[in-house]
Amino acid sequence: MKIHEYQAKVLLREFGVAVPRGEVAETPAQAREIAQRLAGRVVVKAQVHAGGRGKAGGIKLADNPSAAEAAASAILGMMLKTPQTPPEGILVRKVLIEEASAIERELYLSITLDRGRATHVVMASQAGGMEIEEVAAHTPEKILREWTYPSLGLLDFQARRLAFGLGLHDEPFKRGVALIKNLFTLYLARDCSLAEINPLVTTGDGRVFALDAKLNFDDNALFRQKDVAELRDIHEEDPLDVEASKYSLNYIKLDGNVGCMVNGAGLAMATMDIVKLAGGEPANFLDVGGGASPEQIENAFRILSADPSVKAVFINVFGGILRVDRLADGVIAAVKKLGLTLPVVLRAEGTNVELGKKMLAESGLALTMAADMADGARKAVAFARGAK
Amino acid sequence: MSVLVDTNTRVVVQGITGKEGAFHAARCKEYGTTVVGGVTPGKGGTTHEGFAVWNTVEESVRQEGASCALIFVPPAAAADAIMEAAAAGVPLVVCITEGIPVTDMVRAKHFVRGTSSRLIGPNCPGLITPGQAKVGIMPGHIHKAGHVGVVSRSGTLTYEVVGQLTSRGIGQSTCVGIGGDPVTGTSFVDVLRLFNDDPETHAIMMIGEIGGTAEEEAAEFIRAQVKKPVVAFICGQTAPPGRRMGHAGAIIAGGKGTAAEKMKALDAAGATLVTSPADMGATVARVIGA
Repeated sequence: MKIHEYQAKVLLREFGVAVPRGEVAETPAQAREIAQRLAGRVVVKAQVHAGGRGKAGGIKLADNPSAAEAAASAILGMMLKTPQTPPEGILVRKVLIEEASAIERELYLSITLDRGRATHVVMASQAGGMEIEEVAAHTPEKILREWTYPSLGLLDFQARRLAFGLGLHDEPFKRGVALIKNLFTLYLARDCSLAEINPLVTTGDGRVFALDAKLNFDDNALFRQKDVAELRDIHEEDPLDVEASKYSLNYIKLDGNVGCMVNGAGLAMATMDIVKLAGGEPANFLDVGGGASPEQIENAFRILSADPSVKAVFINVFGGILRVDRLADGVIAAVKKLGLTLPVVLRAEGTNVELGKKMLAESGLALTMAADMADGARKAVAFARGAK
Repeated sequence: MSVLVDTNTRVVVQGITGKEGAFHAARCKEYGTTVVGGVTPGKGGTTHEGFAVWNTVEESVRQEGASCALIFVPPAAAADAIMEAAAAGVPLVVCITEGIPVTDMVRAKHFVRGTSSRLIGPNCPGLITPGQAKVGIMPGHIHKAGHVGVVSRSGTLTYEVVGQLTSRGIGQSTCVGIGGDPVTGTSFVDVLRLFNDDPETHAIMMIGEIGGTAEEEAAEFIRAQVKKPVVAFICGQTAPPGRRMGHAGAIIAGGKGTAAEKMKALDAAGATLVTSPADMGATVARVIGA
């Protein structure tokens, strides 16, 4: 799960990671009031779940409260388009108003999981403010890494090594060490999957703080992070994804026109692949899970067919825990209830497959049966083409 | 003719009084696996659907010589269940549970490394040696005893390949689902090593997916050490970057972990790549001359 920069900064402050003074605004008038309180030059930053805001016109400097109000009024309500947003952009609903800082140096600091080593890694670099993937690709020696100890965490000497590596001295060094340790405490305590500060900045008067902040969270841990879960902003997500998550369905909308309904993530990905190999484009990834109930199947069907670009549906199921007769139950109920007219191609294998196929045959629904995955993909793609 | 589990395996099911635990304990037993009973803290001394229940894994080891723990404990307590089994000295710990927080798994994996236990999973279908022992949630009837070792990060996609193999009369030595999470106990390399050393495994079918670098590490191991034919399929060739495709581990992040990179590495290592998931069984048949 992702959260906004302003929300991340509240959490950082709570854990003792310094951030600029600032507040969030939803209207230009609020932006003006905040700028008045902050006094002096401010930065107005669009709050969306995407990077590249500056280049896209989502971040503006303002010398006084009126300028802040004008900047907020330009940014609020705009469709911000960056390389990380959908092509149509994301609607900006909030702006963060922060004191502007006289920056001396821009550094980089992040924490994430290193899958290969099966532990968390703290990364730091003097090349802050840039895309870290670029730095990693071209000058990997500029990135310092400290792997944390699963039972002990990040040790003091590791935090010192990182701070020295960032070229910090004296008072900023002490502040940097504390900041690195506090960030790791936050990362663990709140089950983050990524804590990234880019840039981490130093100022001429010896301060070290997070100018920007990105916190992502482990979805699997949200059951024990109720406060974090409340920070979710569903406006930033595809409405169909949000609807699917209500029913514990794994759904991701894609750009094609062949709707796919599959049990199991691996088979679902393989189904997308085979649709593409058959010359079509998958409209979605949808994993109904191992033990999907008829109700879940029905909801899956509803969500899938709510996407107007879907011209044909390909159901590919290998029944293990999910018995094919239960799937058939769900499909029959959904098609009847929703009055679906889309062509549906079904390929089913595994537990109770004969019973399931018999139920579907007797249901009177116009389903096309497929002999195997390749046959099913070919048929679904042909239907989708014909519909165009 | 197998690795990890056989007719001597004695399974204790952790979380046996839960719906999933009870259901699959019965299915494993039906298949012929020796299920000695289960563990649910607080319900020790009772029986559940014909299975003895203990409070601790340690008791099941002491009283019944449990040699394999099969875990269905819910996500919040699953990492603890893994560590309990490892601390009790159970040699093989298989965790089916999906949705365990990553930080919990980092600790649990580290803990298990300090013991003599091996962990398979989590978020996996388990493993099966056809005709001998089923320790997991896969449908047993689609399997057939034979000489192809199957290793996969996916569940149903493994059933798919097994179905394709069996329908061609090609049997499997052992099928191991290593799981779809970012942190798992056993890697492709671990299982490839076991298959490479198993005289009854003549060829290996490997199913990878996007995310992480486990397939690249497998490729390096195949190039350097594996003497048997390897057929590989990587799913997620059409997955968009930055989106988690169901499995917590299946995500292309920072341009890394794409199917194309993994296929390239495996191809260069001498594995036979399958482009279409419909052709997995046929490709194995061709490679082993069946």
